[in-house]
Amino acid sequence: MTTAAEPSSTEEQAEPTTAGSDDQASTQEAGGQRGGRSQFVGSDRRVFLAMLLIPTTIHVLIVWIPTVLSIVLSLTKWNGIQFSDLEWASFENYDQIILGAFQQDFFQAILNNVWLLLFLFFGPTLLGMFLAYLLDKSIRGGRIYQSVFYTPVVLSLAVVGFIWQNIMYDQEFGLATWAFGGGENVAWLGNQEFLFDFGGYGLSKNFLAILVAMAWRHTGYIMVLYLAGLKSVDASLKESASLDGCNEWQTFRHVLFPTLKPINVIVVVITVIEALRAFDIVYVLNTPRNTELLSILTTDNLIGEGADNIGRGSAYATMLFLLCIGFVLWYVTNHYRNQEASV
Amino acid sequence: MTDTAITSTTGAPEKATRLIVTKKKPLRPARVVLHVFLIVMGILWMTPLVMSLYASFRPFSETQADGFLSLPKELNLDNYQDALEQGDFLDKYWNTALILFPSLLLTLFLASMIAFVASRYTWRFNIFFLVLFTAGNLLPQQIMVAPLFQAFRRIPLPDFMSNSGNLNGSNWAIILLHVGFQMGFCTFVLSNYMKLLPKELNEAAMVDGASLWTIYSKVVMPLTRPAMAALATLEFAWIYNDFFWAVIFEQRGDDRPITSALANLGGEFVTDTNVVAAASIFVIIPVMIVYFALQKHFIAGLTLGSTKG
Repeated sequence: MTTAAEPSSTEEQAEPTTAGSDDQASTQEAGGQRGGRSQFVGSDRRVFLAMLLIPTTIHVLIVWIPTVLSIVLSLTKWNGIQFSDLEWASFENYDQIILGAFQQDFFQAILNNVWLLLFLFFGPTLLGMFLAYLLDKSIRGGRIYQSVFYTPVVLSLAVVGFIWQNIMYDQEFGLATWAFGGGENVAWLGNQEFLFDFGGYGLSKNFLAILVAMAWRHTGYIMVLYLAGLKSVDASLKESASLDGCNEWQTFRHVLFPTLKPINVIVVVITVIEALRAFDIVYVLNTPRNTELLSILTTDNLIGEGADNIGRGSAYATMLFLLCIGFVLWYVTNHYRNQEASV
Repeated sequence: MTDTAITSTTGAPEKATRLIVTKKKPLRPARVVLHVFLIVMGILWMTPLVMSLYASFRPFSETQADGFLSLPKELNLDNYQDALEQGDFLDKYWNTALILFPSLLLTLFLASMIAFVASRYTWRFNIFFLVLFTAGNLLPQQIMVAPLFQAFRRIPLPDFMSNSGNLNGSNWAIILLHVGFQMGFCTFVLSNYMKLLPKELNEAAMVDGASLWTIYSKVVMPLTRPAMAALATLEFAWIYNDFFWAVIFEQRGDDRPITSALANLGGEFVTDTNVVAAASIFVIIPVMIVYFALQKHFIAGLTLGSTKG
């Protein structure tokens, strides 16, 4: 457990310690609480190691080693062509991003990530929870409504982007223009005008249009999670609350909501992670490029025309990593700790 | 805990119908309001998809003249034919399958192994490994993309395996990325599930002299089938819907699987929204079929990873 708090050094550790840990584990188990004998001998031992090490090697090679290398690269200046071009740059990339030429892009991107997070919480999450509450009331056609709200969830966010771009946000014929344009053309996408503006930073109209399209997909996801949670609440609990004279809001607030705590935790986790990793739909709908998220800044600086310095892209990536790793480890270690305690 | 999630979701329909039967009440005003609200929301929710489908059958000139909401004068499959010709979708489906099925099988197979050794046996670092895999899956992919991109460009592959002569730009790269990344989520779900199987299973099998591999393949895996079905459905959609890995690692649009290939089409057809609508429908069809056929597993999969603290 304590080793888990040190994710960045994992790959070097993972392999050597495993081989050793197996020995220690079996000696520990020999006198063990579970009353076992030495767990693995002979061919079982080799099978155990293979089952452990093959998946771990692939996962660590694809996820953790590149993550550590990103952090290392963020301290360099490199055009990515030859290793001999790589120069040590210390914190120069961070300096340029936070204080220098890229300050505006960076803080606007962070702000957009924050808008996204707030929006997901106050829009799709509340709406999804509300829909789940309504659909839990065993109403006629409940399954149909559920399918309707859930259908967008199975679509790729990229496809969601194309559908909204064409059908909803077309300047002239889009349904959003038809409904709200009052006969005028409306540039829903690409409009960089700020709705709220504080000193050069704000929420652009373009980004708001993207958020609405995202909500279309995210709401159903949240709804399904809460619906599963509500279905598992004992029906007698709901009934006894209404017999006790609680009104709907009181029943929800004081009886149902507290029992949904595990779902609330997972919804918070999903929402934070989604807000940090959102990419596809913004990439599709963000033309001309201007409304950036941290994930988009990272990618633009690593691949394609803007990618003259991989060090800078890696510095964006490292900041993205720092923003989420604490949260991720907190959730994951708690999850497994609770599980150990309850089994 | 995971168990309650599964039984609750799969048990939901029966419970719901039972409640309807026993508690059929006259329609109260509150119920009418509820239904009106849900119907309005439902119509709003279906609008983007239904209108895409509708536009995909109509000539571009007609929707240009009358708008998307007008009554049709002509309905045909021309847009689909255009999309098929320009977008080469039959090839794309094939290419997607070549990436999707190996990724899916390998991910589930490898994840089930690590979940098995880390959740069915207690040893010093088993929790550490579970944390490693689960946390790895929760990181944004953008964090690891630069080193992977630079490494893949430098790993040579023979011509029959890659158009570019190296790992970058080949299907192998995408498969490897999916397997490495998605394994984390599957390990998380499967280990939660396997934890709940009775401890005595392993012990009884060991007393009978079963090897570790036999316990895995003959005792534990058959019992994990519901979780595997749910994960397979969910991962099918996730891998099929992938956009990021393919856009970054397949620079040539022709090589891309179908979801990310739409990105090039969007650019080419930007003048003809109805062809893009038809192309989007092409992309949506397989995942929709899987969703409607396996809805139960799909939803179980989502809640499987979630309904426990």
